[in-house]
This record gives sequence, C-alpha cells and structure tokens, in this order.
Amino acid sequence: MDLGSISPALLIASLMVASTPLLLAALGELVVERAGVLNLGVEGMMIVGAICGFATAVETGSPPLGFLAGAAGAALLSLVFAVLTQVFLANQVATGLALTLFGLGLSSLIGQGYVGIKPPGTGRLDLGPLADIPFLGRAVFSHDWMVYLSLALTVVIAWTLARTRAGLKLRAVGENHDAAHALGLHVVLTRFAAIAFGGAMAGLGGAYLSLVRVPQWTEGMTAGAGWIALAIVVFASWRAGRVLLGAYLFGGVTVLQLNLQAVGVALPVEYLSMSPYVVTILVLVIMSARRARGTAAPASLGKAFHATH
Amino acid sequence: MLRRTLLCTAAALLAAPAFAQDAADPVKVGFVFVGPIGDGGWTYEHNAARLAVEEHFGDQVETVYQESVPEGADSERVMTQMALSGADLIFTTSFGYMDPTMNVAAKFPDVKFEHATGYKTAENVANYSARFYEGRAVQGLIAGEMTETNKIGYIGSFPIPEVIRGINAAYLAAKKVNPDVEFNVIWAYTWFDPAKEADAARALIENGADVILQHTDSTAPQAAAAEAGNVITFGQASDMSEYAPMPRVSSIIDNWAPYYIDRVQAVVDGTWESQSVWQGIGDGMVEIGEISDAVPEDVKADALALKEQIASGEVHPFTGPINRQDGTEWLAEGETADDETLLGMDFYVEGLSGDIPD
Repeated sequence: MDLGSISPALLIASLMVASTPLLLAALGELVVERAGVLNLGVEGMMIVGAICGFATAVETGSPPLGFLAGAAGAALLSLVFAVLTQVFLANQVATGLALTLFGLGLSSLIGQGYVGIKPPGTGRLDLGPLADIPFLGRAVFSHDWMVYLSLALTVVIAWTLARTRAGLKLRAVGENHDAAHALGLHVVLTRFAAIAFGGAMAGLGGAYLSLVRVPQWTEGMTAGAGWIALAIVVFASWRAGRVLLGAYLFGGVTVLQLNLQAVGVALPVEYLSMSPYVVTILVLVIMSARRARGTAAPASLGKAFHATH
Repeated sequence: MLRRTLLCTAAALLAAPAFAQDAADPVKVGFVFVGPIGDGGWTYEHNAARLAVEEHFGDQVETVYQESVPEGADSERVMTQMALSGADLIFTTSFGYMDPTMNVAAKFPDVKFEHATGYKTAENVANYSARFYEGRAVQGLIAGEMTETNKIGYIGSFPIPEVIRGINAAYLAAKKVNPDVEFNVIWAYTWFDPAKEADAARALIENGADVILQHTDSTAPQAAAAEAGNVITFGQASDMSEYAPMPRVSSIIDNWAPYYIDRVQAVVDGTWESQSVWQGIGDGMVEIGEISDAVPEDVKADALALKEQIASGEVHPFTGPINRQDGTEWLAEGETADDETLLGMDFYVEGLSGDIPD
C-alpha cells in the first residue's frame, strides 16, 4: 500500500470533474422544487441532455454548441412535464417517473449512430498564471469552463433566490401558491420557467457526462446520476450552497474510494464502496439534528395548483 | 347415446381449429438483461444472440426482452410477468438472477428457464456459461508482455467466482511472461456505470497502470484510456473494436448465438432438458477479438499460440504448480484445476495483493 502515490492535487481535480454533473442537475432541481414542483424526471432529462449534447458536439465539432443543445433538448423535454403537470394537473410523481422512462428510451433511439465515436475535446480554460500556482494550479485552476460555470451558477442561484424580486416570487409560489396567486403572481408561468430552467441544468449535467467525464455516448450512461441529484437537493435542505457541498461530498468520496482501492489501502473494499452513501447519510443526520428554521421543504412542494378564477 | 356422440363430435370439431392454432403459435422466448442493449459489452452480445434467434427461426419464434433489470426482487417481477404473458423459454442473463430464476421457475413448471453464469438447476432450469477465464489468460499474456510500468489495472464488478477466476487467470498468464508484473484491482460494485468505470480506469492509470483489464460492461474504460494515451485495454464481452487499434488491442467476445439457437430449437422440437453447459474457446462460445497492429508481432504470435493451445486442450490456464494467496498449495506440478473448484472460486492465487471482499 502506497498512499504517497495518490496525488492530492489530482484527487481534487478528479473530484471536481466527478461532481460537476451532479451539481448542475441538483441546482436545476433545487430551483424547480423551490417553485413547489417535484420533478422526478431528472434522470431522463440528464440522459437526453447527454445525447443531444454529444450528437451536436460531434456533428458541429463545437463542445459549447453541444452544451447548448444538451440544455435545450432537456429543457424541451421538461416542458412536456410542465404542460402535463401545470396545465392538465397530472400527478407530478407519476409524470416525473414517466419522463425518466421516456428520456431513457428517446436517448437510446437518438444515440444509435453515436456509439464508439470520440467527441471533440472540451479543453481547459486558460487561467494564465493561476494554473502555474503549485498544487492549486493543478487541483483547481486547470479545468474546463463548465466546472467554473457550475460554481458560478451556484453563487448566482443562491443570490437570486435570497436577494432578488424574481427569487422572492419563485419562493412565494413554492411556499403557498394560493397566496401567491391572490397577490397577483403568475403561478403557472413561474413554475413553467422554473421547470424549463431545471431541465436545462439537468441537460448541461448530462452533456458534461458524455462530453467530458466519460467522454463517450453509451446508452443508459447516466446510470442513476439523476436520482443522486434528487437526493442531494433534499440533503441540501433546498439551499444552493449546501447543494455544492452535497455534490462535492458525494463525488469526492466516490473518487477517493476508487483511488484508495487503486493503491491497495488496507481497508475492507465493502466499506470503501459504500462510503459515498454512508458519509452523505451521516452528514444529513448531523445537519438534520442542527436544522434551523426555514430549511424545511417548500410547503407547496408537489401540490397541484388550481386557479380559482 | 347418439345425441351424446353428436355433441362430442361437434365439440371436437369446434376445438380442432383452436388446437391447430396452438400448434401454429410461435414459441415465445423471453430475455432478461442486466444492462441496456446498447452497452457495447455484455448485454449488447446477448441481444445480438437474441436477434440471431429471430433471424434463424423467423415466424416460428417470437422474442421479448426487458433491459436494465436490477438483480434481485425486481428481476423476479419481470420474469413472472414474462411467464404470465406466455413465454415458453426465458433466458436470464446475469449471475444475480440465479435465485429469482429458481423462485419463478418453481411457480411456472411448464416454462423453461436458462440462467447464465450461475450454478443452480431444476427440472425446468438449465444453466450455461462461457469459460471467460480462457480469454483472460490470452489477455494476461499480452498485458504481461506489453506493460512498461509492470502495473496492470483490473476493474472488477462484483466479487463472484466468474470475476475472481478472470483475475487469477489473467494474473497467472501475465506473471508467466513477466515475473515483475503486479495487479491492482478496483471493485466497482456495478456491472454498468460508465462514469464510475471511467473514474476507476483513471484512478488505476494515475497510480501507474499502463494496461487496463475490465470485467464491467461499458466501453467507458476504453474512452478513459484513449484520453490518457499510452495505455492499452481489452474489449470485454464484446469486441469494442471502435477503440482499436489503440487503446483496445484485443478482446474477449461472448458468442451466445449458437447456444441460444440450439436451446430454442430444443423447445420447438419438444426435446428441451435441463443441463449445465460451460463452453470455452474450443467450442466457439469464447472468441478472441482481432489482435491489433499496436501489438508487436512476437507478442501476437505468443497470444495466438496460447489461444490455439487452450482451444485444443493442450494448455489449461490453471495448471500447477499454483499456490493460494496465503501460500498454501492449491495445484501440484502438472495438476489442472477441476471445474467444481473453478465454479466456486473464492480465493486469489499467490502473488495477488489485497483481499477479496466478502
């Protein structure tokens, strides 16, 4: 066993890459849930984003266009959910599950001609002298632009929800849609926007999987990442900062346990393998025990809105 | 009396078309898959064999399948549904389906079941597997001769005999041609999770491995190796030739089609009986994918020679002297492993480091 052969800088770099798809998808779902909507179709939207992003990047040779297409494809899919749940008042849980199944099937159909193709490289963002800083340069400042965009979006979403009129309106709709409606807020419109944003974010997460993290298209490649993203939102008590913590914690422990196995650390493999889940649960328990007011689920989460006039 | 005879005759005449229809009904064959059919590996090959069955039998046979079925209780529900919907024969294509297969088979004695890679049978349950370890030996030889760092990474799925056999066979073959070689094993605890498989490959590569072997089902380790550069890999279960000539330098291909056609034919003919089948390179159930030009000619020649020797029975990958990991003797000089021990293999051979998870 040679723990010295694990490079901490490489480990942190791997952690950031592994966590980015989860972070993007979870941030999107956070916004959706803060608007009072429960969309269990994250997995389906992620995988549609993965194939739309991959196919577009391959056909155009442009990863940025790929990410845009991934976001757009998943956002379009999320609008199907929006119409069914907000206009036709379909059950949100059932519709979300159907969205996942539909997304998996649709992506499989679209992706048939893209198996075994290498996508164009996304490339690192040139951060100049920052990338030359010992340790930090390799660990933090040598990533592709999507990693930094995901971090920026965390800050923007946290600030928007807490400090802006738009964020306040969105939270009002999520907490009490009847009261929000009585105040003249457009509940359905707000939720449509939130759902589309959540879809776009899930699509970005999926595209990141197929264009950077793996990088390839394989049918079913999300392999449960959407469900992990959903769990992270609950873990985070519906707070953007904690979503970042949850995604990085889960992604980090996953990468760490694989690296510890690679160097033959003298710990039972079973414990290493279950560590991402155990650590996440333990942190959730600790946070729940110290839970402050205002960190519970949005009061109208999952409830259908019936306009009275 | 006459009235009764007339009624019986009328009933028989009315029933005759129904019986004729039954006889003409296609045999319904179900397949339960552990991954998506587009995984590029294990399930892809099983599905290719399903398509071969359809092509071979035409209208005589109807096939149905369910993909990405988790091992455990969920698979039992899927098998039950298939049996209830009229399946005559059901192939359950992963080790973890063994007990669910036995449970469902007990409830449907008229339905035939074929379970892949397990060891249990019943009157209406057969099992079948391929001697993948023979292919692993060929891969191990190539890996041992081509590694420059002497570190070979191995991505295991679950610590079951099939996977442990493969690790041992590859290690013994590599060690034979390169005594300095060492294996690092990562247990992914999944058959199919491309992101995790890619992460596992990267972890091994970052730890110095320049050869990656995998017993997981996606092509993600190939993609990770291609990204890293100067790392060789092997196709698992399917050829994965889209990653040739580098990093994929060869592969193990599971050729299930002849077996599936044979067993479906037995159901069509009414001659199906429970059996246990374990075939290898010699029988054509395990094929070695084309060895790419990235492999030096002398190494290629050695690998092909070993393949032929295994196929003819001249060489057995587990031929003594071999000790267990703890140093105790397993096989004496010239002794070969018996199938019973191989089927239940739960130990590493001497030289491999780390413990097998319980």
